[in-house]
Amino acid sequence: MARIVVDPITRIEGHLRVEAVVENGVITDAFSSGTMVRGLEKILIGRDPRDAWAITERVCGVCTTVHALTSVRAVESALGIAIPPTAEIIRNIMMATQYVQDHVIHFYHLHALDWVDIVNALKAGPKKAAELAQSFSKWDKNTPSYFSEVQDKIKSFAASGLGIFANGYWGHPAYKLPPEVNLIAVAHYLDALMWQKEIVKIHAVFGGKNPHPNYLVGGVPCSINVNEVAAINGERLNLVANLISQADEFINEVYIPDVLAVASFYKDWGAIGGGLTNYLSYGEFPTKGYAQVGSFKYPRGVVLNRDLTTVHPVNATDTEEIKEYIASSWYSYEGGDKVGIHPWAGETNIKYSGPTPPFETLEGYEKYSFLKTPRWKENAMEVGPLARLLVAFAAGHDDVKGAVTGVLGKLNVPVAALFSTLGRVAARALDAELAMGWLKEFYADLMEQVKINEVSTFNGDLWEPKSWPKDAEGVGLTEAPRGALAHYIKIHDGAIANYQLVVPTTWNGSPRDAKGQRSSFEQALIGTPVANLEQPVEIIRTIHSFDPCLACAVHLYDPQGKHLHQVSFE
Amino acid sequence: MGDSIWQSMQNKGYSRRDFLQFCGAAAAAAGLGQSGIAQVASAFEKKEKPAVIWMHFQECTCCSESFIRASHPIVADALLDVLSLNYSETLMAASGFQAEKSLTDTIKNNKGKYIVLVEGAVPTKDGGVYCMIGGKTAQSILQTVAADAAAVVAWGSCASNGCVQAAKPNPTGATPISRLVDKPVINVPGCPPIADVMMAVVTHLLVLGQVPDLDSQGRPKEFYGRRVHDTCYRRPNYDAGLFVESFDDENARKGYCLYKMGCRGPVTYNACSVTKWNEGTSYPIQSGHPCIGCSEPGFWDNGPMYQHLASFPGFGIESTADTIGTVVGIATVAGVAAHAVVTNVRKRSVIAEVHAEDAKES
Repeated sequence: MARIVVDPITRIEGHLRVEAVVENGVITDAFSSGTMVRGLEKILIGRDPRDAWAITERVCGVCTTVHALTSVRAVESALGIAIPPTAEIIRNIMMATQYVQDHVIHFYHLHALDWVDIVNALKAGPKKAAELAQSFSKWDKNTPSYFSEVQDKIKSFAASGLGIFANGYWGHPAYKLPPEVNLIAVAHYLDALMWQKEIVKIHAVFGGKNPHPNYLVGGVPCSINVNEVAAINGERLNLVANLISQADEFINEVYIPDVLAVASFYKDWGAIGGGLTNYLSYGEFPTKGYAQVGSFKYPRGVVLNRDLTTVHPVNATDTEEIKEYIASSWYSYEGGDKVGIHPWAGETNIKYSGPTPPFETLEGYEKYSFLKTPRWKENAMEVGPLARLLVAFAAGHDDVKGAVTGVLGKLNVPVAALFSTLGRVAARALDAELAMGWLKEFYADLMEQVKINEVSTFNGDLWEPKSWPKDAEGVGLTEAPRGALAHYIKIHDGAIANYQLVVPTTWNGSPRDAKGQRSSFEQALIGTPVANLEQPVEIIRTIHSFDPCLACAVHLYDPQGKHLHQVSFE
Repeated sequence: MGDSIWQSMQNKGYSRRDFLQFCGAAAAAAGLGQSGIAQVASAFEKKEKPAVIWMHFQECTCCSESFIRASHPIVADALLDVLSLNYSETLMAASGFQAEKSLTDTIKNNKGKYIVLVEGAVPTKDGGVYCMIGGKTAQSILQTVAADAAAVVAWGSCASNGCVQAAKPNPTGATPISRLVDKPVINVPGCPPIADVMMAVVTHLLVLGQVPDLDSQGRPKEFYGRRVHDTCYRRPNYDAGLFVESFDDENARKGYCLYKMGCRGPVTYNACSVTKWNEGTSYPIQSGHPCIGCSEPGFWDNGPMYQHLASFPGFGIESTADTIGTVVGIATVAGVAAHAVVTNVRKRSVIAEVHAEDAKES
């Protein structure tokens, strides 16, 4: 038996750590810890609710925009503000753009190297790689000379120590791709790096910059005026159209084919890393107002016990449905550490009780994380692209059903393969494909609005705090690229009285609840094989399938706590 | 390892012409202009790729995200080749305990020669337990890594000024890194900093091998020497007293000045209105939102975002902004000086009204 320490897995609100117990080459238990806290919920108190989007946007710069959107929804729901249809379309364009950009970055720059062996790509025949790529993609860049150039680049890079690719697990038997597929993926890694800075220009057009574009309670800050150079006009709209068209090509001719090509060699991972059996989605992309949940592209709901015949309704404002526990978290509640509290009544009293740093393990500590532990009707829930696809599938959404069954068919795997590490990777690709289609739709909708001169982007009726009730409470719900995200706000006398965020990583990466139930990361690691403790690429695959998205370093210790090994990955 | 950039570019099949083009772009990015090309080329030919370490503490990774948005002509190559990025938790590939080795080796083998780029503030309250990596506090890691660095760069407002986690009441004691290391720190504030500014600061350091001229706050003068307001394309509207009164009103649709909506452009030193964001696509004001002043120390505590500046005590908008406005007016549009005088009078009266309203409300 060995206790493996994975630290840090930094994500949304900070650095994450995982300690796992390995017996006979298989993980038998795991503990997930958040080891950084910033206290943003305390900082929000007393501030102008109209400023909250900017503060909460800074929770995450990788998943930029999503907290801003969730925050303006929370304030608007508290105050009863309905935004103009054109503002809703622009917000949808921003969000769909984020899905597409974020998923591509995740696949190529954060996850691919768990599956793709860069050094092995040097053995590929460029001509053969081109033929293979052309067999599943129409992308005109996939030529022998292109692959040959990339290979030369990697060759000279390898000669000088491989830089950021240095010291990977290259050659590990868990890498199963033929050299040509490795070369294709490496080439597209570099192209994706160049491309991702293009699509985010859509955020710059409507929000002024990326990362961290600007939002606005009551609508969006940009104005549309096709007769004015200093507004969203024909030139700006054409730029967006061009960026969308580029993105469409990249998603459908590069990203999706690559995911399928890679996945087809790792079908065994369709039976590993399944974890929890419950899935939560808040739904996303309103098309007839945020209050009309039935109009969302992705539905809101819960799937329990992987039963895809029933979607359970979710009411985030019901104080009995969603509760946060701190039984294993470095906080205290006034009512004791075993109770669960609905976020509207949420408390953020930080109380660190772990070992004094430097330390080697958190083993034996009842509390081991700065993350709280959210539960839906006492159930641990997985959130993310897989969860929202499963809820949409179970709800009978035709476009989602078609996309999911299409991919299952292409890979020739059963529905059960969705509940796995591989399932999460495939679900994220489908999520991007769907979002890409909707992005085109939203753009067409925007052009229709401009044509009929329905260009209002802001509802200022309740802008002034003096127009607000003395007390108000609201909740903003979104499906962030990484999953279900909620902001709860209480407003008193025009200022924030309480603000609580329940973020995807909190659902997935939280420690045990008061009953000892594990959350997604901990549960999914159980049963994951680790062939070589010194090169635990398998752990990395499962953890990354949730899109923890940031720098991680893995420290391995033997049962006596002796430092065995450290592994770092992106 | 140890190749000069020119050598490594030759290895990759770049021609001398490509190399000079690259140097030209690097020179432009570093603010050197065409005359600097020879100097840049020789710097790249002689020097080994400098070792760079990138650390993450209390942050949101928006600085890393911004960095990869750089529109440098060969941005992927910059990451792979211009710098020898020996340690970056975000960008480095899987790499066993060699990652830690790579960090310690970089420090050991490049004593006094490597560059440390820090993203994030460092919490100092309660023994530093609010940010721990590998069981060690951010504070102790920073001190170890910075001790033998040639230069330390504070990326973004978190590392430069503390940013959002340092906003009142600063629950974790989030602290700018310049207060924690005993050597000069180059502050590159902004939330995040502009991608091309980040790339330019790196290029400046690596090409010239020296610290760029800094202002009293440790910011490179080349990018933080002017206020957003000074070069804002909506400035003529300010000078003419033409203001947006409410988001998306008729004036907003004409692109008038956002001063009354709370714009911090007049008190914010940054390059947004010159360099712009995302390869020059836009900047906040161009897309209709006031500048929130994200590169200024303590900007989160400078009052509610949409409260206009005139109501702040100590803000000399009449003396400072107006004076500069007049100077710009004379220098660039002397022919319409008479018009400028008239519109400035109108603007003064508008500002006076705003002051009067504030006085009434308070």
